[in-house]
Amino acid sequence: MELNSYSAPQQLKGTQIRQLSFIEKTLHLDTLLLFGLLLMSCIGLVVLYSSGNQNMGLIYKQLVRMGIAFIIMIAIARISPDTLLRWAPWFYGAGIILLIAVLIVGTKSKGAQRWLNFGLFRFQPSEIMKLAVPMMVSYYYSNKNLPPSFKQIVIGSLIILIPTGLIAKQPDLGTSLLIASSGFFAIYFAGISWRLLLTATGIFASAAPIFWTYFMHDYQKQRVLTFLDPEKDPRGAGYHIIQSQTAIGSGGTYGKGWLNGTQSQLDFLPERSTDFVFSAFSEEFGLMGVSILLLVYFLIIVRGLFIGTQAQNTFSRLLCGSLILTFFVYIFVNIGMVSGLLPVVGLPLPLVSYGGTSMVTIMAGFGMMMSIHTHRKLYSS
Amino acid sequence: MDKKAAETEVISFVWRRRVVLLVMLSAVVGLVARAADLQIRDKEFLQNQGDVRHMRTVEVPAYRGAIVDKFGEPLAISTPVDSVWANPKELLADPSYISQLAKVIGFKVGNLQNRLEQRKQKEFIYLRRRVQPHIAEQVKDLKAPGVGLQREYQRFYPSGEITGHVTGFTDIDDNGQEGLELAYDKWLQGEPGAKKVLKDRFGRSVEDVENIKNPSEGKKLQLSIDKRVQFIAYRELKKAVTKHKARSGSAVVLDAVSGEILAMVNQPSYNPNNRSEFKGNNYRNRALTDLFEPGSTIKPLAVATALDLKIINPNTKFNTAPGWMRIGKNTIKDVRDYGTINVKTILAKSSNVGISKIALAMSPEKLVNTLFDVGFGVDTGSSFPGEASGQLTNKESWHDIERATLSFGYGISTTTLQLAQAYTVFANKGRLKKVRLIGAAGDDQQELVDREVFSERTAKQVLKMMELVTSDEGTAPLAQIPNYRVAGKTGTVKKSIAGGYSDDKYLAVFAGVAPVSKPRFVMVVTIDEPSNGEYYSGKVAAPVFSEVMADVLRLMNVAPDNLAKGNGSKNAKGATA
Repeated sequence: MELNSYSAPQQLKGTQIRQLSFIEKTLHLDTLLLFGLLLMSCIGLVVLYSSGNQNMGLIYKQLVRMGIAFIIMIAIARISPDTLLRWAPWFYGAGIILLIAVLIVGTKSKGAQRWLNFGLFRFQPSEIMKLAVPMMVSYYYSNKNLPPSFKQIVIGSLIILIPTGLIAKQPDLGTSLLIASSGFFAIYFAGISWRLLLTATGIFASAAPIFWTYFMHDYQKQRVLTFLDPEKDPRGAGYHIIQSQTAIGSGGTYGKGWLNGTQSQLDFLPERSTDFVFSAFSEEFGLMGVSILLLVYFLIIVRGLFIGTQAQNTFSRLLCGSLILTFFVYIFVNIGMVSGLLPVVGLPLPLVSYGGTSMVTIMAGFGMMMSIHTHRKLYSS
Repeated sequence: MDKKAAETEVISFVWRRRVVLLVMLSAVVGLVARAADLQIRDKEFLQNQGDVRHMRTVEVPAYRGAIVDKFGEPLAISTPVDSVWANPKELLADPSYISQLAKVIGFKVGNLQNRLEQRKQKEFIYLRRRVQPHIAEQVKDLKAPGVGLQREYQRFYPSGEITGHVTGFTDIDDNGQEGLELAYDKWLQGEPGAKKVLKDRFGRSVEDVENIKNPSEGKKLQLSIDKRVQFIAYRELKKAVTKHKARSGSAVVLDAVSGEILAMVNQPSYNPNNRSEFKGNNYRNRALTDLFEPGSTIKPLAVATALDLKIINPNTKFNTAPGWMRIGKNTIKDVRDYGTINVKTILAKSSNVGISKIALAMSPEKLVNTLFDVGFGVDTGSSFPGEASGQLTNKESWHDIERATLSFGYGISTTTLQLAQAYTVFANKGRLKKVRLIGAAGDDQQELVDREVFSERTAKQVLKMMELVTSDEGTAPLAQIPNYRVAGKTGTVKKSIAGGYSDDKYLAVFAGVAPVSKPRFVMVVTIDEPSNGEYYSGKVAAPVFSEVMADVLRLMNVAPDNLAKGNGSKNAKGATA
C-alpha cells in the first residue's frame, strides 16, 4: 500500500491544481496564510500599544520577537516535509530528555518548575513538545496501515502521554492538556474508529472525579471552582474573571475606542497585555472588533485546514491537521477563559498576547504547514 | 485493502473533516454568542459595574477664607497641602513598599507595619496629615499600591503667637476651634463642592470627569487689627510680663475715633501653627475673657460724673488729711497724707480718700449709671467666643462704704477691652465709641452709634486732669512720651481672694489716651500679679503704654503736640496749666 493512498483519490478528482506562485515556489511561503498572520500580528501591536500604556519600548520588544518568529517560520518553511519526517524522532527524543532535565535541575518560578536556565536565556522544554508531539505521532502513523489498529492507537497514546505526564508534573496542566490534545488530533486524523473514540471519551469523563480527587493540585481545583462561581471570592480568586467580563461587556457593540478602555487603562484588568489581552481588545473595540478578530482567526484556520486536505502524504496531513487544530484550541481556550466560558488556564492569545516563546512555537508550526503546502509534487492536469 | 474499503475510508475521512469543521464552527459561534451575551445583553450592567470600579464622587474641599488685618495683611491663610492615606490591606499585600514608604513619610518601618496591621480591617487610614510638598511628590512617585494623597487646606498663621489669641485656630479637619476661627467658622468655611473622577485600581485620581458642584469658597474676614500695632503691643507686653515675672498680661489699643481695635494682645500666648504646644490656659484671649476689678482707673469716671453734675469743679478742694478716713467700721487709706488738695490733684495722686468724698457727695445711681453708660456690665459685642461681660450691680440701697469703694474701682469687674472702650469717652469729647473687631468693608455691620455720656467740656477737663497723672508729680511719670502729650490713669488693684483682698497679690492696670491735644488712641495695659519687687501700676503698666504709644504715634504719623517745649519729661506739667 502506498504511503499517501488517502489523498490520492482527491488529487485525481481535483484536476485544477494551480501552478505554484513565485512566493510559494521560491520563498516557500503561503500567501494567504502569511497575509492572515501578518494582519493578526498588526492587530496584536495595536492592542499592545493601548494595553501597554502606550509604551513604545514594549512595542519594539514585541516587534523584535515577531521578527524572530517570522524568520524562524520562513526558515522552517524551506525545510521539506521529508526532512521534518526524518527529524521527528530525534526532536521528540531530545524533548523528552530536556523535560526530564527540567524536573531535576529546572528553575522554579511562581511555584512551578518549568524552566531550564542556560545562563544567557531561559527556556521551557514544554514548548518543544508542542511541536514534537504532533510530529512524532504523525511520524509513527506515517508508515502504518490506516485506520490504525488498537495496538497502534495504544502506542500512539503512549507517545502522547509520556511528555504530557512529565509536563503535568511540573506542574503545568494547561500546556500538558494542550499538547495532549494536539497529539490526539493526529490520532483522530489517523482514523481512530468512532466507537473507540466515544468509548475513550466516556472513560475519561467517568475518570474525571478520580482525576479531580487524586491528581489535581489545589490551585487547579480552585480555578475550576472559581470558574463555576466567580462571585464567591470577588476580591481574590474571582477577581481576574470578574474584571475581565466587566471589561468585555462594558465595551458594548462598538467599544469605548482605542486607548479609552477604562477597565484596562486604569489597571483594573489584570494581565491585560498577556493572557487577558482579548478583554482589553473587546473593551476598546466592542462586539464589532471581536467579530473581525474572530473572522481573521477563522480565515487562518480554514486556510490551515485546506492545506491539510491538500497534503500529499500521511505525515504531512496528520501534522498539518493537528497543528491547525491546536492553534484553534489555543484561541478557543484563551477567549473562553477570559469571557467566563472556561476555567482560567494560563494560555496566551496566539499572535496577539505580549510575549515571545509561544509566538515562536506557533510561527514554527505555521512554517511547517507552509513547508507542507509549498513542497507538493505537482501533478499536471 | 480493496477498493471498496478504501472508498469507505475516504468517506470516513470526509466525515472526519466535517466533524472537525462542525465542532470549530459551533465553537466560534459559541464564542461570538458569549461575546454578544456580554456586550449586548449584559452591557449596561457590566458598564455600570465598570463605572462603579473607577467613577467616584469626591468632595472638593472649599478654600477657607483668610483672616486679614485692616490693610489686608494676612493673619490666617489656607494653603493647599496633601495628606497621605492608605488602604492597609492593599499596602500589606505588597510589603516591599512599606519600608520605602516609611522612609519617605518619616516613620519607623516597624511602626508603620504595626499601624497597618492594627487597622487591617479598615479601607482608609491617614498615614500622615498635611505633609510638605516634596514629601507628597515622593509618595506620588513611589506608586505604592493602596497609598494615595488627599488634597486638603492647611491653615497658616503668619504672625504666629502675636495674633494667636485673635485668630484662634482650626482643628485638623479645618473647623474653627478658638477665637475668630470659631466665631466666624461658617463665614470662613464655605461649602465643599463635589466632582466625579476616574480612579485607577490604586485609588489614584486619574482624570476629572464632571464637576457636580463647585465648592463655594469661604469668605474673607477683615479685622480692625493693625498687624503693625499688634506687633508693637505684643513685643512690649511680653517684655514687661517677663521683666516683672507677672502671671499674665493683656493690652488693647483702640482707634479712639473709629472704635476699631487696632491691637489686642495677651501673655502668655501660644503659636497657633504649632499644635504641640497647645495648653488650654494659654489660648485664652485674656483681654476679653478675664475679669478684674479696675481699681483707680474708675476714678476719672467718678470725677467726670461729679463734674457733669456740677457738684465740683476741677479746683474744688477736699481735705484728705490724715491720709485715711473711716466709714462705719471700714477705713479707706491713701498711700500717704496729701493734706487739702483739689480735684486735679486727687486724680494725679490717686487719692482714695479724696475720690470717696466726691462719691459720697453725689447719689450712688449717678455713678452706677455712668458706669453702665460707658459699657461696664455688658459685653462689647465683639462676638468673640468666651467674652465676659463683667459685673456691675445696681442696688436698691447703698452703704456708704460701697459708694466709696465703687468710686475707686472695687465691687465692679471688667475686662481689659471693656475698660479701653470706657476710656473712649475721654478721647471722644464725652461720647462713647463702641469698639469693633471686625472691619470688613461691605460687611453688614450696623453702624455703631456713639453714646453721649459726658459733656464735651467735662471730658476735656478730665482728660487734662489725667495728663497730670503722667506728669512728674503724678503716679505715672513713666507713661510720658517725648514730644507728645499723653493722659492716663493708673490702677494698682489688690486682687480679691476668698474672704477678702490679698495683701501681696496685685494687678497693675494703666489706661491711657494720646495725644491729648487731639486724641487718636486709647490703650489699656493690665499686668496680673507682677512679682519681681515692683507692683505699682506707674512702674509696671505705665511704661508699656509709653513704649507702645510712642511707636504707634510715630508709625501713624501723628503730629507731635509737645514739640515747642522740648522733649517731653518735665514739660508735661506746663502744658496742662
